[in-house]
Amino acid sequence: MADPDLMVGFDSNDDAAVYRIDENTALIQTVDIFPPVVDDAYTYGQIAAANALSDVYAMGGTPKLALNICCLPENLPDSTIREILRGGIDKVKEAGAVIAGGHTIQDHELKYGLSVTGFIKPSEVLTNNGVQPGDCLVLTKPIGTGILTTAAKVDLLSQESYECLVRSMAALNKDAAEIMGHWDVHACTDVTGFGLAGHTKEMVAGSGQTAVIDCRSVPVLPDAEAFASEGIIPAGAYRNRSYIEAFVKTQDVPLAKEDLMFDPQTSGGLLIALPAKDAANLTKAMGDQGIDAAVIGEILPFKEAEVIIK
Amino acid sequence: MIVDARGLTCPLPVIQTKAAVEGLEKSEKISVLVDNETAVQNLLRFAAQRNFQASGSKKGEKEFEVVIDAIVSDEPIETKDEEISCGTDLRDGKLVVVLSSDKMGTGDETLGTNLMKAFVFALTKQDKLPANIVLYNSGANLSCEGSPVLDDLKLLESEGVEIVTCGTCLDFYGIKEKLAVGSVTNMYEIVRIQEEAGVIIRP
Repeated sequence: MADPDLMVGFDSNDDAAVYRIDENTALIQTVDIFPPVVDDAYTYGQIAAANALSDVYAMGGTPKLALNICCLPENLPDSTIREILRGGIDKVKEAGAVIAGGHTIQDHELKYGLSVTGFIKPSEVLTNNGVQPGDCLVLTKPIGTGILTTAAKVDLLSQESYECLVRSMAALNKDAAEIMGHWDVHACTDVTGFGLAGHTKEMVAGSGQTAVIDCRSVPVLPDAEAFASEGIIPAGAYRNRSYIEAFVKTQDVPLAKEDLMFDPQTSGGLLIALPAKDAANLTKAMGDQGIDAAVIGEILPFKEAEVIIK
Repeated sequence: MIVDARGLTCPLPVIQTKAAVEGLEKSEKISVLVDNETAVQNLLRFAAQRNFQASGSKKGEKEFEVVIDAIVSDEPIETKDEEISCGTDLRDGKLVVVLSSDKMGTGDETLGTNLMKAFVFALTKQDKLPANIVLYNSGANLSCEGSPVLDDLKLLESEGVEIVTCGTCLDFYGIKEKLAVGSVTNMYEIVRIQEEAGVIIRP
């Protein structure tokens, strides 16, 4: 039987579960783990934590408590484990939350992540499906992390591109969420495994609207497009494409740009729908705080497909 | 030539094929064997980027062959750079308007003044507003008191457009005290803003 206090649950494909405790407080609960995306253990820990915390920010909430989840191969040196956990602790601290424990099992492949608990006022919960016609879409981090981490596996990245990539993935969505809180936001999600096209599709699904993305306005990490056109694209991007191709229509988009739209993101930015009149001001406010936010598209009454990329 | 990339996951099949292509002394068909669809798609993109003909086919349950018609020529390899120029990095798509004169175009001065007025007014009506407007040389007059476009510039500023005027120019024309919209800037900023632009409009 459905619990009336479960505000956001299984059926909505949202970023996290939300449970109302009383009229002033709701609890946000999320969990996210993944295998290493970079070689450096400390950086991996930071990225995994930033990614897990992001789901709370995407609901409009404030993270308070986190638990580590570790799947460790038998022969992994203790020093590596310590570095991963230190990365996680530092990010959680930066978020203003605490790590209160965790759970470890043995596994043949290393995985790390966290379960994060946050809080929010029930009336302020931001789901991913409240878009309205005339809204603009704002994205708060550049895309291309899947392609670039694939290229980084075989050391194809320049030092500079690698640093941009790592900085972006390790960055918390905290400031973006805080700034977003000052505006009348209709819907929000964070861009992760399904790629920009996939998460945009989830945002408009069932709303009777179409999201139109202008591919030239979407911020892209340095070199990601060049690697995409060389065919350095992770399998996940093709999986995303085949899952959601039926909902996406492209108009004269170069193939490499298309591939970027399906590229699975690790610790991606927030995707925010808000009234068009506020969009430029929101991105400016974010820009002033060093966040690479951009208006990437708009919401129109349904036409042809859930997502149009042009 | 055959490149056997079976058992390898992305991006290694592409890396191996790239090495094979770059080692060729003359044009040759290369047959790349792979065991996953991702590698097929990636190899087709790799070939397209170098303008090589290529085709993929399924040979068995987990067996695919991609045949690439690799061309070795003395000419530098022509890659499709349209994809790269379409957008590049973090700064993709920023629109910057540069007003280097208080008149638009060369010709009659009154006409030039009127055109500029119409231009700035038209800017305020665009769906996508510029991120920055940069004013220098006699363009500096436009952001000062008495400018025919002052109200429109103020409107643009209130909508989030960053307006900056060259300080050297304000000094040169002796109008620094009259600056009425935006802020004063220097040449480093003027260079930086234009470097970071996706599109620059210079009427």
